[in-house]
Parts: sequence; C-alpha cells; structure tokens
Amino acid sequence: MRKTESNKAWLLVLPVFLLVAFSAIIPLMTVVNYSVQDIFGPGEAYWVGTEWFKEMLRSEDLRGAFVRQVIFSATILVIQIPLGIAIALAMPAKGWAASLSLVLVALPLLIPWNVVGTIWQIFARGDIGLGGWFVNDMMGIGYNYTADSLHAWITVVVMDIWHWTPLVVLLCYAGLRAIPDAFYQAAAIDGAGRWKVFRYIQLPKLRGVLLIAVLLRFMDSFMIYTEPFVLTGGGPGTATTFLSQQLVKIALGQFDLGPAAAYSIIYFLIILAASFVFYNIMVRVGRGDRA
Amino acid sequence: MARIEFQRLAHSYLADPVAPADWALKELDFAWEDGGAYALLGPSGCGKSTLLNIISGLLRPSQGRVLYDGKDVTGLSPAARNIAQVFQFPVIYDTMTVAENLAFPLRNRRMPRAEVRKRVAEALEMLELQPVQNRRAAGLTADQKQKISMGRGLVRDDVAAILFDEPLTVIDPHLKWQLRRKLKEVHERFHHTLVYVTHDQNEALTFADKVVVMYEGEVVQLGTPQELFERPAHRFVGYFIGSPGMNFMGCHLVEDGLGIDGTELVLYGHWAELARRHAKSRLAIGIRPEFLDISPTPRDDAVPTRLMGVQDLGNFKLVTVRLGPHEVVAKLPEDAPVPTDEAHLVFQPEWTRLYADDRLVG
Repeated sequence: MRKTESNKAWLLVLPVFLLVAFSAIIPLMTVVNYSVQDIFGPGEAYWVGTEWFKEMLRSEDLRGAFVRQVIFSATILVIQIPLGIAIALAMPAKGWAASLSLVLVALPLLIPWNVVGTIWQIFARGDIGLGGWFVNDMMGIGYNYTADSLHAWITVVVMDIWHWTPLVVLLCYAGLRAIPDAFYQAAAIDGAGRWKVFRYIQLPKLRGVLLIAVLLRFMDSFMIYTEPFVLTGGGPGTATTFLSQQLVKIALGQFDLGPAAAYSIIYFLIILAASFVFYNIMVRVGRGDRA
Repeated sequence: MARIEFQRLAHSYLADPVAPADWALKELDFAWEDGGAYALLGPSGCGKSTLLNIISGLLRPSQGRVLYDGKDVTGLSPAARNIAQVFQFPVIYDTMTVAENLAFPLRNRRMPRAEVRKRVAEALEMLELQPVQNRRAAGLTADQKQKISMGRGLVRDDVAAILFDEPLTVIDPHLKWQLRRKLKEVHERFHHTLVYVTHDQNEALTFADKVVVMYEGEVVQLGTPQELFERPAHRFVGYFIGSPGMNFMGCHLVEDGLGIDGTELVLYGHWAELARRHAKSRLAIGIRPEFLDISPTPRDDAVPTRLMGVQDLGNFKLVTVRLGPHEVVAKLPEDAPVPTDEAHLVFQPEWTRLYADDRLVG
C-alpha cells in the first residue's frame, strides 16, 4: 500500500503539545530563565551561567535540609509501612465492624493539611494541649517541642504517622481482601502457621500495593511543607527545616529568585531521579507476578 | 489413606434451618472405601463443594459425624486430618521455587531434610516438573501451577485422601486430558483415596471408579459409570448423565398394563404389577436414546411416530420423533437408514425403566 505523505498530521499532535507546554514546559522554562541570570528589575538582567547552581550545591543550608529530608522520609517509611500492614491485618474483614473501622481509619486523610498542622500545634503544647500536658504532667517528661530539637522532630514524625499511615492501611486492606479464600485454605491444609501465612501468602500478595504505598509516601514526604510549617515553622533553629521550607525561605523570605530557581531545579531533579528509580524497581519486581 | 464414612451428616449455612430448602446438604449416610477414586458430580449449587469442605475440615457440619477409618474427625482441623486438597484455581506460593512449594507441607510438619529432599524429588519426577523445579512458581502456566497444587498433596504419602475441587476449570482443553491421565496414573501407583468434584460428566466418568451424583443437596446415586448409565436411580441422573439425556414419558396404570400418557400405547407384563405397587406416585418411564431404534418401515414391535428432525453429528445421528405429547430422541449409528416422514419407534423392554416420584422402581 502506498502511504500518503502529509505533514498536516502534525496538527493532530498540536493540542497535546500546547497542553504540555502550558502545564509544564513554559513554567519550567521561567524557572530555568531565573536560574541562569541575576535579575534586578525589568531590563536589568545579567547572565551568570551556572553560578547559582554552584552556590546552591555548596550551600550548607541546602545540604542540611537535604540530609534532614532524607532522614525524615526514611523514618516515616520505616514506621508507616509496617504499622499500616499491621493495622490492615488487624481490621475486621466483613460486617458493620469493617465499615466502621474503615471510616475511623480514613478520617485523618480527610483533614486539610494546614488544619492537621494546627491540630498538632495545639495538641502538643505543654500548657493547653492535651498531648503535651499528658507527656509533661502525667509522664513527668520535660517535653517542649518549640525549644527542644529532638522533641520537635518526634512531634513532626508522629504527626505525619497519624496523618498518612491510614493511606497505607487502606491500600493494604484492599490488597488483603483481594486474596482468594483458597490460599488460606491451602495453607491450613499444608499445616502453615500464622507467621507462614503472612510470610508466604499475604506479604507476597501485598507486594503490588506496598510498592505503590512506598512510592506515594516517599514522594509526599519528600515534598512535605504545610504541616511542619504550621507546627514548628522549621524550628527550633533549622531542626525541622526540610527542602521545600528552605526553598520558600530563599524565594519568598529573602527574595533571592536566582538561587531559588537553581534550588528548584535541583530539587526537581532529585525527585525525578528518585521516582525513576522507584518506578523501575516496581516494574522489575512486579514482573512474573501474573497469577 | 483412609476409609471415609459419613454418619447422619447434614449441613446448613443458616443458623436455624427449618424448611428442606434451608439445607445445603441433606442428611446422608454412606462410606467411601480406602484407596478408591470417587467423583462427586452435580450441577452448580448442588452441595458438592460443601460436602468436600466438610470432608477436608474447612467447614464444620451442622449435624452428624465424619469418620476416617472409624475415627471421629468431625472436630479436627484440616492439618490434623492430614488431608490434601486441590482447588479450582491453582494455589501456589509465589515467592518460592517449584521444589520449595512441594517441600512446604513437609517442612511445616518438621520432617528431616534428607527425607524432604527424597519425597520432593519423587513428586517432581511423577508430575514431570523437574525441568522447572528451580524456577519461581509465579511465572508458570496454569496447568503447571495446578500440578504443583497436586504435588503438595502427593509428597505426603500418609495423607488420608486427596480432594479435588473442580481442578481442571482453568486448564486448556488439550491439557485437561493429559492432566486427568496423570491423575489416574498417580492413583494407580499410590492408591490414595481420591475425591474429585466436578460438574462435567465426562471428567467424572473417565476419572472415577465410583461416581456420586448429587442433586439439590442430596446424594441421588452412588455407582459405577456403567450403573449410572444403565440404571439411573433418579430421573436427574438419567437426564444429567449421557448426551443427550434419558427420554422420560409420563405414564399411568390401566387395566392390566402401563399406559403412556396421551397415547394408546400400553406396556404389558410385569409393568402392571410394578405400577400397581406405586399407584399413588407420579409415574414415568425412562429410556436412553442409545436403546431406542427407529425403523423407516412398519414392524410388529414398533409404534408409529411423527418425525420431528434429524441431527447428524458425524459419528452418529440424533433422530427426534413425536409420540403423542412426548418428544423422544433416539441415537442411531451413522450408517442407519434415515426415516423420511414415517418413523417407527422400537422399544427395548429390558432397557426401559420405571420411575415413581422421580425415583427408580423397576
């Protein structure tokens, strides 16, 4: 068959191209534009090349925030994933109790992020907060998250666990309900105990949802901003200042748009690289799993 | 290996069963001999899976007892009963290799390593799984996975019985035949008591020495394939086994014979005596299409009927004729002369059965 040569076909791609241009390419280019120039005002821009990038990569503030960020994401993943699985395993499988527990578990997910920060800001206060008062007066620990770095850290981590473990629970719960009864029956016939049922049936069958849970929780926690901003404001000092807070400080606090743009691009590349790695792990581990 | 016996066994999924329809499994009393190959045959929802789960211990019956070799196991768990079960959809442990899958039930029972290795090697050989023994079980085809499920039962040579719950449902037709033959082979070699649940009559008849036919929660017949074919104990068996099923015609007692409803036809001889004994019941005679003959020309022993249609199925013909209000199908050999408009139906009295209230009486 003879093919008709016509470049008009490119027009068919145009809508998508425009959409992507407006949603991604143009905003990104604006940032790139700032990152390679020093702009004082309209018509007063000076080409600086990679200077802002070098400055940012050398910056102690950025490195500190990056280290804190990695520690934070690792901590909450290590706690939230096992905790989420454990809660999902403990939840009833059917009846009214199942519906009730699902609603109760999902509740924190429905609360706006800045409200979560506010709730915990008050809850953890030593004077008027129930949680802070309990730890201080009932347990006799001198707890003060506004002054002690470790206390601030623990508070931010606990808040994130409270807010986001439900997501892991819901994913795992759905994964568990999808396992056919025959698997449990076969395990009973094969004489497998509770631990072996978990290790050889439930955990392998949860692998798909767990990878999604890890990916979502990693990306979300790596970009966390609102809750610690409301709760601790990044303090005390810079103890709970994560990457996005550091960025906002440079861009809006100091109005250093050049360095902030370079910072944004570095931040973007880190998340892109990490997501790429996770995605590839997900595809590779998922292979050969079709039942 | 064990003899499996049911005593006044019945089950209902309702807490408080009243009507007969509330019982998924109506009271039954019978025994399966040690080392036999049995098939549980019946349509969907007839209670065969319920019975199987009661045998394996996954389900506790509402009433009655299950005995293995005379020992009451009604309250025991599946593991304690030492039973193996193969399910409709292959159950494998995804993260283990094929060999590890087979070793799993033995390791759970803390068998010495060397013994486990020996048993697994035997099972792998028997099921022709050696080429894939070190592959992860997750990547295999459905029939190989089903063999693994089977293998987990075979490695335990002390199992009381191996139960199969429609194991070939997800297998390709040409592999079904192979797997069924493998099963037969395994049975001949090890003489496990095998129980095979299916709704496919061919599967049941080729696999089992004895077939248990179930209908609406009741065992309607327990017999060899030949018995099911020649003397169906219940109208359902006649209709369910055989292709096409048995012909049934309602009938009634006349002076000294058995009259077929809506016709002038009367069967004489011992039929009258039989019919008299069951005069209060709903009577019907049944005859298999295989035992009917059709003659294009009138004969002394034939009754004239009206030809409805002929279906040529290659190696045989199905001829449908009308006898009064009844449609009767006859299965004729391929080379039999085909009647054109006149068809004369020839009964063979020795293959004609009488049913009273759906049950065989003669």
